[in-house]
Amino acid sequence: MKRFSLLLASAAALIAAPVAAQTTAITGGKLVIGDGSAPIEGGTVLIRNDRVVAAGANISIPADARRIDASGKWVTPGIFAGFSRIGLVEVGAVSQTNDMNASRSPFSAALDVQYAINPFASAVAVNRAAGVTRAVVSPSTSDSIFGGFGAIADLGQDEYPITRARAFQFVELGETGHRRAGGSRSASHIHFRALLEEARTYARNPSAFDSDLLKASDAKALLPVINGSTKLLIHVESANDILKVLGLRKDFPALKMVLVGANEGWRVADHIAAAGVPVLASALADLPYGFEDLASTQSNIGRMKDAGVKVAIGMINDRDAHQLRYSVQYAGNLVALNKVPRATGLSWDEAFAAISSGPAEIMDMGGQLGSLKAGRQADVVIWTGDPLELSTQVEKVIIDGVDQSLSNRQMRLRDRYANPAPGALPKAYDR
Amino acid sequence: MKYRALLALAAGGSLLAGCTASAADTNSASATAPIQSSKPARTAFPSTYRAYPSVPTAITGVTIYDGEGGRIDRGTVFMAGGKISSIGGPETAIPADTTIIDGTGKFVTPGIIDVHSHLGDYPTPSVAAHDDGNEATSPVTPEVWAEHSVWPQDPGFSRAMANGGITALQILPGSANLFGGRSVTLKNVPSRTVQGMKFPGAPYGMKMACGENPKRVYGSRNRMPSTRMGNLALNRQTWIDAQDYRDKRKAGKSQKRDLGKETLAGVLDGDILVHNHCYRADELAQIIDMSKEFGYKVTAFHHAVESYKIADMLAEEGICSAVWADWWGFKMEAYDAIPENAALLQKAGACVIIHSDDENQIQRLNQEAAKALADGRAMGIEISDAQAIRWITLNPAKAMGIDAMTGSLNPGKMADLVLWNDNPLSVYARPEKVWIDGALMFDSADPNRRPVSDFELGQPGEGDVK
Repeated sequence: MKRFSLLLASAAALIAAPVAAQTTAITGGKLVIGDGSAPIEGGTVLIRNDRVVAAGANISIPADARRIDASGKWVTPGIFAGFSRIGLVEVGAVSQTNDMNASRSPFSAALDVQYAINPFASAVAVNRAAGVTRAVVSPSTSDSIFGGFGAIADLGQDEYPITRARAFQFVELGETGHRRAGGSRSASHIHFRALLEEARTYARNPSAFDSDLLKASDAKALLPVINGSTKLLIHVESANDILKVLGLRKDFPALKMVLVGANEGWRVADHIAAAGVPVLASALADLPYGFEDLASTQSNIGRMKDAGVKVAIGMINDRDAHQLRYSVQYAGNLVALNKVPRATGLSWDEAFAAISSGPAEIMDMGGQLGSLKAGRQADVVIWTGDPLELSTQVEKVIIDGVDQSLSNRQMRLRDRYANPAPGALPKAYDR
Repeated sequence: MKYRALLALAAGGSLLAGCTASAADTNSASATAPIQSSKPARTAFPSTYRAYPSVPTAITGVTIYDGEGGRIDRGTVFMAGGKISSIGGPETAIPADTTIIDGTGKFVTPGIIDVHSHLGDYPTPSVAAHDDGNEATSPVTPEVWAEHSVWPQDPGFSRAMANGGITALQILPGSANLFGGRSVTLKNVPSRTVQGMKFPGAPYGMKMACGENPKRVYGSRNRMPSTRMGNLALNRQTWIDAQDYRDKRKAGKSQKRDLGKETLAGVLDGDILVHNHCYRADELAQIIDMSKEFGYKVTAFHHAVESYKIADMLAEEGICSAVWADWWGFKMEAYDAIPENAALLQKAGACVIIHSDDENQIQRLNQEAAKALADGRAMGIEISDAQAIRWITLNPAKAMGIDAMTGSLNPGKMADLVLWNDNPLSVYARPEKVWIDGALMFDSADPNRRPVSDFELGQPGEGDVK
């Protein structure tokens, strides 16, 4: 399925932008591989078609390669947003444009964002221009603890946003799950177990399946979750909820869990590390937003990392449909913590990995995405300076080897009103 | 006895309400003659804030952004008695018995000021029991005061200081109502009471809201306003009634105190500053016309994401725009927001403020200003670093009516300042120390100079660096 999507995307790219059908060398820049290694001065990235061929120092460049001089600039993999709702929303408060959840649908786990992600959403173009090239795209929940299937998407300007459909199932098991399930964690956990049991019943005899709890299509959707072929992204915040979730493995040993949010992860970091469960954590949550995250601190990610947890930055329920561009600012803030006494941050290299290879690896796609190693999809960004710094601008974005336009409607509005007074004709004539 | 009689008349309902005036207030009441029959004579809920103890302190060798658009390299800032005493280059004289802090490689700014916060009114934890920001029971509630909702134990106050260097902030009622009520300006010091945080001498503001929120909240209940024309009609009728009240008051005619109309009359008299939540350029222009019809002035438009479309008009009117760096897309009236908004306003000569409206971004107003600055430069607008700092210091102070007291590092002003461990326009910078009225209220190196609110005491995470 994934390979098919990739092939389609590449084919479309070839038609749309023939320039991709060649070799490109980006030279002279400060090269960030994205895997947590230190930047390489004067490094080269070599791209052929949609793939990275080589990256590093002393890369030999074919004579016929297109050359892009990035001297004085930084070259990195594209930003991989570790948790988002990009492409599911045009205007948040305009319900007709908001596909994050389906509050009046009879379905839950069977819902699938691959049909909703809009590659032409203005947020896709805005975040692409800010260097975001890939994203974990999740549904949110409405009446069930299960939200449905999420996807891995690219932010390229073609009509094929799906990198991997049905990449994971999303479930709420913290305060939101408690609310969805009827008002307690007893309810959300019994809900979770009961639905998975129903799915097993369905698996034994699909044609005889008749359940008060679950539609056949939802049961079918949960089967790959039970057998571990589809990841389960679980939103929890509190230390206690995290421990309870880790305990689910006893009854459902094959679950491939990823924790999302986990504001109190640092309190039980040893348990998370021992369970080998990765975390897509909020970066800068530091307030007791509810009683489920009284101990929130910006040191959460750094402490989990130090405890051996595989952790990357996600931004659940944090302007996650529009502002994935905050990822770099968040990563920079985690670096800033290193100078704050008693705080625990990330090194620069770790911080960048937390928004590039980190999410890719957590989604089991590190071999294809998230870094500038040979064989990866060629998502490359050229920046005017340190990509985590606020003054830095994006100069060039390449997705799947294809040069991307950085234009979007925000820029068009900017240019129209650079001088606000109308000219000889009203502004509406000014394009 | 004569005093008493005057007071009874002047204070009207306040005595009935059970208040008694202190001697000091009585004195000030006598100074407000001639009688204004419905203008309260005594200060209600007076500030009890007092500066905390301080020692004369000089920061040397530091890069200073003075808050007014100036920058001094290898500078010295000296504070004593809770005030800025002097500021200048390396030659600045430092008296004996001064605590000297070597600021080499570091930066000093005035305390950061947020003109738009709901801390305390929408505190964390964000449970329904804490939902005190909108008196959403009527579209016209100028009678409510935000300070009566503020929970001083909100953990957000200390985060705003420790991570954002916030030393003063305006707490506004929410935007459900056309007339949301009075704001309160606070010093960002922990306190048992709101009065202990109230910024002495700060004027009141009044929150107004245009656009989607009032029409959505009341339209959904099938009552006026349900449209933008309904918004304006109800606004104007309210002002007509307020003018009548104020005219009677001016003429010394006896009338029963009316809390809402006291606020509105205060606006018409120019004593209370209008902070108008309003997004769209066309609506900003309508509100400006309404203010002219009734003879008041809008001090600042908040969330004015489309100010850039009428930056020339706003410059001419002398109205500030309090804006985010880059929020957009969350609702229809925020659809045309662009990250260059602040820079385009600056270019047009209009007043720019970066605000938060958010318990997280109030911890990073310096970073938000930096983003807005960078986006302006990327389109070729030349703005200095020091000028961008002004967006989060002197300009909000001006819009809050406290610029004579704070907001820049002028000698004689309150010693509200932040020592940053790096350029505050860098993502890598954090406050190292924060002084309020010369008192060291936060020191990143000292766990004992990090406030822990009652709510957090004895809870997981107590006293953590956060």
